[in-house]
Amino acid sequence: MNQFQYVRPAEVPAAAKAFTKGPNTHFLAGGTNLIDLMKMGVVVPERLVDINHLPLKKIEKTPGGISIGALATNTEVSIHPLIKESFPLLSLAINAGASPQLRNMATVGGNLMQRTRCPYFFDTTMPCNKRVPGSGCGALEGINRMHAIFGASDKCIAVNPSDMNVALTALDATVHVTGLKGKRAIKFADFHRLPGEHPELDNTLQKGELITSVDIPVSPYNKNVHYLKVRDRTSYAFALVSAGVALNIENNTIQGARLAMGGVAHKPWRLTETEAFLKGKPVSLDVFKQASQIAMQGARAYEYNKFKLKLAPNTILQALTTAAGLKA
Amino acid sequence: MKKETIGDSLRRVDGRLKVTGGAKYSGEYEVPGLTYGVLVPATITSGTVTAIDSKAALRAPGVLAVITPFNAIKVPGYQPEAPTRIKGLKLFNDTQVYFNGQPIALVVADTFERATHAAGLVKATYQSQPHETNFHKNIEKGVSPQNNKDYVRGDVNAYKNAPVKIEQEYMLPSEMHNPMELHVTTAFWTGDDKVTLYTKSQGVISSQRAVANAFQLDAKNVQINSRFVGGAFGSSLRTWPHEIAAIQAAKMVKRPVKLTLTREQMFTLVGYRPLTIQKIGLGATADGKLVGISHESHSQTAAYEEFTERSVNVSRFLYDIPNVNTLYKVVPLNVGVPAPMRGPGEATGSFALESALDELSYAVNMDPIELRLKNYAETDLEKNLPWSSKYLKECYQKGAERIGWSNRAAKPGTNRDGEWLVGYGIGCGAFGAYRSRALAKIKLMPDGSVNIKSATSDIGPGTATSMVLIAADILNIPAKRITFELGDSSFPVAPTQGGSATISSVGSAVHDACIALKQKLNALAGKVEDSNDDIDYAKVLSQNNLPFLEITQESNPNEEAKKYSMYSFSAHFAQVYVHPLTGAVKIKKVVAVVDAGKIVNHKTASSQMIGGTVGGIGMAMTEEAVFDDRFGRYINGNFADYHVPVNADIPQLEAIFIDRPDPIINPIGTKGIGEISLIGVAPAIANAIYNATGKRVRELPITPDKLI
Repeated sequence: MNQFQYVRPAEVPAAAKAFTKGPNTHFLAGGTNLIDLMKMGVVVPERLVDINHLPLKKIEKTPGGISIGALATNTEVSIHPLIKESFPLLSLAINAGASPQLRNMATVGGNLMQRTRCPYFFDTTMPCNKRVPGSGCGALEGINRMHAIFGASDKCIAVNPSDMNVALTALDATVHVTGLKGKRAIKFADFHRLPGEHPELDNTLQKGELITSVDIPVSPYNKNVHYLKVRDRTSYAFALVSAGVALNIENNTIQGARLAMGGVAHKPWRLTETEAFLKGKPVSLDVFKQASQIAMQGARAYEYNKFKLKLAPNTILQALTTAAGLKA
Repeated sequence: MKKETIGDSLRRVDGRLKVTGGAKYSGEYEVPGLTYGVLVPATITSGTVTAIDSKAALRAPGVLAVITPFNAIKVPGYQPEAPTRIKGLKLFNDTQVYFNGQPIALVVADTFERATHAAGLVKATYQSQPHETNFHKNIEKGVSPQNNKDYVRGDVNAYKNAPVKIEQEYMLPSEMHNPMELHVTTAFWTGDDKVTLYTKSQGVISSQRAVANAFQLDAKNVQINSRFVGGAFGSSLRTWPHEIAAIQAAKMVKRPVKLTLTREQMFTLVGYRPLTIQKIGLGATADGKLVGISHESHSQTAAYEEFTERSVNVSRFLYDIPNVNTLYKVVPLNVGVPAPMRGPGEATGSFALESALDELSYAVNMDPIELRLKNYAETDLEKNLPWSSKYLKECYQKGAERIGWSNRAAKPGTNRDGEWLVGYGIGCGAFGAYRSRALAKIKLMPDGSVNIKSATSDIGPGTATSMVLIAADILNIPAKRITFELGDSSFPVAPTQGGSATISSVGSAVHDACIALKQKLNALAGKVEDSNDDIDYAKVLSQNNLPFLEITQESNPNEEAKKYSMYSFSAHFAQVYVHPLTGAVKIKKVVAVVDAGKIVNHKTASSQMIGGTVGGIGMAMTEEAVFDDRFGRYINGNFADYHVPVNADIPQLEAIFIDRPDPIINPIGTKGIGEISLIGVAPAIANAIYNATGKRVRELPITPDKLI
């Protein structure tokens, strides 16, 4: 680990300003990912801006829904009565991730910024376009069992490791940020990027922009929800595939559906076409089977992750049937 | 006053120390002037180091030395002329690189953080050579190990000509021991030819010998301390090159050196259960009588050192089979050397044998327990000797009852509970019951308390607790008046804690020492030697004007044992639920039934069985060291990506002991349980999953992708 400056501002503008000088600055929140990356030499900051003293912890009701401060911990969010009541999918997704100890430290903003768990990204002796642009992709012809089946490029086939993000994209959240040029709001679906030619960029934040809150609009998706995560061990393992499902069912008809997947793409993978297909359909196993196939359009597997082509639709099917209260 | 006896459940005598942080582990000793060593790993997989640039590291704050092959003092035991040459990797002795991660330098600094930082500044230049790390591509290059004898009994082709035949291949990936405690060694010289170590060791006497050999010292000038060990599972059975390097570094910087491996370094430097492919050919009559078996095994080993284990041996004796042949080969690769890991060899072998037997049970349409009973070995056909004791039939019966075997569907994939498929499986294990020479020193104090010392270890089973219980029983005094000390090479000689033999060996020495003390006290009290009368020990001392009474007792295996084949046996039963869509597996229950002779302490024995079963669940379901051959490196060298089972993976576990003393092995009649707690668990689960789903998984671990 190299020497670095450490600053601890008390106000948001000061935090953003810390980026005006010094070439390689990182915000430090819960530290559950960044500190690991620093120890491994994957990220070598010259300055850390500790934002833990900023007033960004509130979880509160807003006229349009709910606002979650960027520094609220994963645990605080998952157990919050407002979240459990109005956005149970988010609670379920958060609790499917990491371990209680990590969730107690990890923040909402930090979770959005979580880097991929691709082993070639983590090992500095191996090629990785995300870590060192132009060095090649170790996973493309490597052990790519955990890797993407949607939206990958020949530069990068890594996946976003977050469970929380899957729920947030399904729930149409908005990310609020403050930067050197002021405040702006980013639709959740536009926050994370696909790798394309620039896998070194995980998201669409500009330099110095700080996440201040994540807002979720009121929606009818608080009843028929399920988050299903398939993984190599029952807890503390990243998803092979996960599915976040929320259905608005009235009189056995699907009025609306929200679906997203984790462990399959460089960003949380929203399934808008599948949602459109489900809208207006009756609740039935056949419909769900068709939906799970539609969800797979455009999927492409690599040597070690071919199983995801079957596991992904199976997971969606199971999540849909559970959310709808159907017996498979 | 309540007096404890063998067979009771005594709480761990050091439990309070362990849960309150009072137990001091090797990494926790502060020695005056302590420095910290951090290893620099090679980033090539085969070749030589041509130069090392230490300038930046040496300029970094707090750095005392950068030890490399180019400046290291010679370790005498590494040199060709040494009388007892150290085997294996010889760090910093030459410039050869045999595997990726092999240490090529050691940075010593005044703090751990500074040493870590400086280690990152060391720049090596290499001459690379092509490496061979792909086991599957190199399997044809497998060699018969030195001293290996392939085994034939009867006709090698018998199984091929049998009416029913199973021919299958089974694969086990490399598994890491991954004890919670990292490997740590603190070394300091107390004179030119005297050295002391605090180190993670399963055998302080064997560590003492290894260090003495390496530095050509008188063994009595080598002091090894390893009082508490935070798990080892076989990874501390030998003295590793980095331990020698710590001693070497302490000599060079003339200060104590503490060297702690990182978790990632523990994937390459302290052994592992090796990747193994096994072929089983099993032949039987239509009604399930075994006719012949062929068991062939290929395991990976290091290019620089041969490691062998007994993965095929279990097929020679576990069942009554007239025709048997086994073949064992190792494939040398540019990887670190493996090491025995809990149930070494047998755990690997029994996965193949017990899976094949399960496959046969479906082929002949016979209950797997019935099939085992039909082929029950009444004697050891390999050694041609009677068993000293064997109650495996009772294990089958008790286990079947406890798991609810009668609910097992004979046809796979037909038993459902809601969405979930339900299955039951059995897997058996056997491991040699051993006993070797051990000594114990017993001391009776004026207050009537007793202290016993022996240079044995406790890597987790609760050695001291069991020894205290044995002593309480024989001496007929309360356990709380007895202390037992271990993990110190100055204590009377005891064997390394391995092969499930500590209670058999050291327990016998404690038993014999207590008898000797009691006889002496009886004599002093004017009673017949073997009197069991309650006597006041303190009073006997004072009446005889003795400040204390001390006896060192040696205890040896008996000659009679040579006339018998001695094994511990286990039968593991699993009930599993499998989700047909997601491949998720819920292990609902595992019952382990064990014939390990007399159980000394039920509480710690149950804990040990549960721990071994958890290890078996890891082997079956989650553990795999994943290797990328292109780079010669593991890609999951950490606890996030190498999956040891977590609590959520572990169901209700139950250990049942037959608890009948073995009449031959030792005076207590106890065999061992450390290994058989794990051996047979993986096939029990794999067989249960087949019973649930009809999917036969022959490559561990059984992850969801293999079941959809």
